[in-house]
Amino acid sequence: MLLTFPIVVIRVNPIEKVIEWRWRNMALAGVGSFILSFVWRALLTWKERRGRVGACSVPDADTGVTHAASPAIAARPFEESRLYRPALGAAALFALVFPFIFSSYQTNIMTTALIYVMLGLGLNIVVGLAGLLNLGYVAFYAVGAYSYALLNHHFGLGFWTALPVGALLSALFAILLGFPVLRLRGDYLAIVTLGFGEIIRLILENWNDFSFGPSGISNIPRPGLFGIALSIHEATVYLYFLMIALCLFTIFVVKRLRDSRIGRAWIALREDEVACEAMGIDKTLTKLTAFVLGAIWAGMGGVIFAAKTTFINPASFTFMESAMILSIVVLGGMGSILGVILGAFLLILTPEYLRAFSAYRMLLFGTTMVLMMLFRPQGIVTNIRRVYRFAAKGKGDAPAQA
Amino acid sequence: MEGVLTTEKLTMDFGGLRALNAVDLRVGRGEIVALIGPNGAGKTTFFNCITGIHRPTGGHISLAPPGGITRRIDGVKVHKVTEMGMARTFQNIRLFPDMTVLENVMIGRHCRAKAGVLGAVLRDKRTRHEEQEIVHRSHAILLRLGLAGQVDELAKNLPYGAQRRLEIARALATEPFLLLLDEPAAGMNPRETDELEALIVRIRGEEKISVLMIEHDMRIVMSVSDRIVVLDHGEKIAEGTAAQIREDPVVIKAYLGEDIHA
Repeated sequence: MLLTFPIVVIRVNPIEKVIEWRWRNMALAGVGSFILSFVWRALLTWKERRGRVGACSVPDADTGVTHAASPAIAARPFEESRLYRPALGAAALFALVFPFIFSSYQTNIMTTALIYVMLGLGLNIVVGLAGLLNLGYVAFYAVGAYSYALLNHHFGLGFWTALPVGALLSALFAILLGFPVLRLRGDYLAIVTLGFGEIIRLILENWNDFSFGPSGISNIPRPGLFGIALSIHEATVYLYFLMIALCLFTIFVVKRLRDSRIGRAWIALREDEVACEAMGIDKTLTKLTAFVLGAIWAGMGGVIFAAKTTFINPASFTFMESAMILSIVVLGGMGSILGVILGAFLLILTPEYLRAFSAYRMLLFGTTMVLMMLFRPQGIVTNIRRVYRFAAKGKGDAPAQA
Repeated sequence: MEGVLTTEKLTMDFGGLRALNAVDLRVGRGEIVALIGPNGAGKTTFFNCITGIHRPTGGHISLAPPGGITRRIDGVKVHKVTEMGMARTFQNIRLFPDMTVLENVMIGRHCRAKAGVLGAVLRDKRTRHEEQEIVHRSHAILLRLGLAGQVDELAKNLPYGAQRRLEIARALATEPFLLLLDEPAAGMNPRETDELEALIVRIRGEEKISVLMIEHDMRIVMSVSDRIVVLDHGEKIAEGTAAQIREDPVVIKAYLGEDIHA
């Protein structure tokens, strides 16, 4: 309360050269901190209580018997819950009718959110599964966007050709960057990728002959539909459905990757690199695979972004974007597909619909992140990966798909 | 007896410190060799050199798979060495704590499987078949090591002795012909040590896997090993059978730190 005093209460009026004392604000700050302290206390006790529940499942050292199954396995995957199918059906129906109920402005926002879902899922491979902190993810996004914009500008390449080309170019950049950089661990990797992100942005900003500098590239065509001319509204709806399809494709691929030999290696690599190597896993190759796959999705996201906005400039690819996508992954729950989807909607849609509070956006964002990390560091949805089980009756099951 | 692992004049310097000094060692096919020595003698450094974690500063290491060609492995990457058929466990248990027992062993199968990104996404017949085989084989190994009852447990929730066994199971999953055990009996109670002893003998007997182990527990060292090599200050000071080592004055001096004749 005292700390807020100079800012909240005292206001110097330079014109009349008097100091205004705003005592009412002082009272408000007092009441506010009083209430907040209660909330804080409640959250702390809640966390403590949960910690104790988790501790119960620790094996009894004396008898060597594990009393309760570990929480990760005991927790029933959301996919198995009875609510899952109806919820999925409702979501699908909602997604299907959305553009016909709401205005194209709303559809546009939703498409943006879906792009972020895709980017989040892509980064999730790198950060969530393989545990490589990549702070320059936006660089690959930029590569995708600029490859479409430039290829279209110079050679008239269409959206559908540019989509795989953009993805491939991003992958190429990832390989070039990955080979030297993936030897680094943790913090060092984060710093180098951060640097890479800035380098790409600075190149785009300053190499005028190549990228048209800060003025960007405009008149990028929207994706075509067998050469049918679409009105702007129709194009928006079309792009929306395209994005839905691509998101479903992404979810499908990420899910399958996670539940595969490679996904297992990623998770193991995240847990213990030395042991992984000793078990015959090629560390560099496995990391590079994750890095490149992440970049491919960023590239595709970039192409779609360029097609959606029809105009790109380097300002769209600042570090803020990387941080945003990373926040989506962390807030949603690292490694969890459902979590990342929820995280993307939350972080992209909330600011859009709460424009009234836009002045406080960063404040709220920061507070949310701090609170999340303190009280639920595993994110909104805890990652529940497929647990391999062995069916007792002889046949090894390639276990039930989670 | 043909040697599966041979080191000649293996030397390792860390800056000015010579951790290993011209160590010659040979492990024969189906042999159990124990590597002993006081703390800081360079035993674990020796392991790290032969598995490729450290690149030795001098000498040769060669690995001879049964029925295969002998190859030098100094400077070869860790995962390649494992692929060639030498697997290890760690002094401080290094399991994947948040993965299940079965999954831990499945990681060991990684280098014997091939499925790539495309296989994972398309999940074609071959990939599905391979995955099934990984699960199968891993389970078979767990069954043999008496961990079948805990396949779905998280590795970190296992009791200590079982974690040690799981590390051996994971190493066996890579289909080695030479198994390196770094203090497998550390922290075990006498009953667990007995079980471990039986296990090591069984691994050698059933699968003709050679074993090289570092161990401080003299009881297990004396009873299972065919040959014992003693290191002190990075040098090999003695080599021989259990009976020979027990009587060797140099070894006794190294352990007790004084001249017994004084």
